[in-house]
Amino acid sequence: MALISRGFRGRRPDNATADRLPPGQYETKDFPVLSAGPTPRTSLAQWDFVLRDTDGVTVRWNWDEFSALPRTSLTTDIHCVTKWSKFGTRWEGVSVDTLVGEAAKRGVAATAYVMAMSDGGYTTNVPVADLTQGKGMIAFIYEGEPLDPEHGGPARLLVPHLYFWKSAKWVRELRFMQTDQAGFWESLGYHMYGDPWREQRYTGDP
Amino acid sequence: MTSTATPAARRVAWRPATVAQIIEETPTARTLVLDVQDWPGHRAGQHVDVRLTAEDGYQAQRSYSIASAPRDVALALTVERLEDGEISSYLCGDVRVGDRFELRGPVGGYFVWDVDDGGPLLLVAGGSGIVPLMAMLRHRASSVTDESTRRALPARLLYSSRRWSDVIYRDELERLVASDPTVQVTHTITREPPQDWTGFRRRIDRAMLVDVAWPPDERPRAYICGPTPLVETVASELAALGHEPAFIRTERFGPTGNP
Repeated sequence: MALISRGFRGRRPDNATADRLPPGQYETKDFPVLSAGPTPRTSLAQWDFVLRDTDGVTVRWNWDEFSALPRTSLTTDIHCVTKWSKFGTRWEGVSVDTLVGEAAKRGVAATAYVMAMSDGGYTTNVPVADLTQGKGMIAFIYEGEPLDPEHGGPARLLVPHLYFWKSAKWVRELRFMQTDQAGFWESLGYHMYGDPWREQRYTGDP
Repeated sequence: MTSTATPAARRVAWRPATVAQIIEETPTARTLVLDVQDWPGHRAGQHVDVRLTAEDGYQAQRSYSIASAPRDVALALTVERLEDGEISSYLCGDVRVGDRFELRGPVGGYFVWDVDDGGPLLLVAGGSGIVPLMAMLRHRASSVTDESTRRALPARLLYSSRRWSDVIYRDELERLVASDPTVQVTHTITREPPQDWTGFRRRIDRAMLVDVAWPPDERPRAYICGPTPLVETVASELAALGHEPAFIRTERFGPTGNP
């Protein structure tokens, strides 16, 4: 039974907004920036993207190769664990399906989990099933423009049905794992999976 | 940066909190000293989630940084009233001593500083971004009491405010500097500096950081909290000046950010 705060009325969202908001979230029209350290700035000439299996077999694309892969686009709501949600964000990039398919052709063995690894040392763990079948992409275009470094450019993981910390900024590698290992925030008190609709914010949330 | 999962960890529970004291810090910010049942303790820099429930069951949540030091008797949050802030307008408005709401935490295990993390300590704040940094200064003041340890752990705070009247914890910071020569506080007042103001009166930039911050070879632990443009500028400039990115920790706040 929740405790009632005397005199609190709140500002209720309209029904259409309320239906799109996971529990404990509120809508923002801004695009807030959250990160744990300085924004890394990797030039496109230095940039590459890697899929690595548990035996160390890799497939690697440089920027030109990567941006020439078939593209996908998606308009989606995003939900940050710090409580804001932003509706109808428009992204373009390469689907994880495409990458995993290419990797399989080149002998990279898939497992059930990946660790997304980013410039600056950030990591986050995601089940592969949450990235494939159209659920995840490596995004490098946001609202029709190249993705800003502040928001994770040149490219970030986009897995919008999970809290947005899973959508790793500055992502450079997906590393397959046999078991689900905790990434950066997951080892600092945040939930291993992070479903906003079940409000899985912190370690131990059901 | 990875570690083995610990799936059986305990849930961060919602706890009732009762407002024990209200301290008006500035025209737009106040501190709520809280009585929290079974508070598990926290580390300097962490935050909590606050949940308010209206009579008809409607609920809203926000995150707020903890202002008090781990060893302080009571948990304190400092809340800035945001324009149209659904929660902050209540916490900075209607709330009275004795009122109750729910709280869970502490949350956040990265933007934290313990005495064992060492120093020098470089704190850079914009506006109410001072709150988690104040928890670190309070933690340092209450945990490091002998002169020689203090000298080994010096602290510098660079604090950007729009007006002198917007400076949160102004008197406490003055007292701290007066009583502890190993703490240095530098203000910059960006919008309306007082008439006789001789200090900085611009946004934090590289030249100011060169002036105020430790040089990179002192290997300071840097904690930056404030609005995104300030955090982005300071973190980038410190990295460009040669500070190790791993020693630069950031936290944002804002109408829609955290906390």
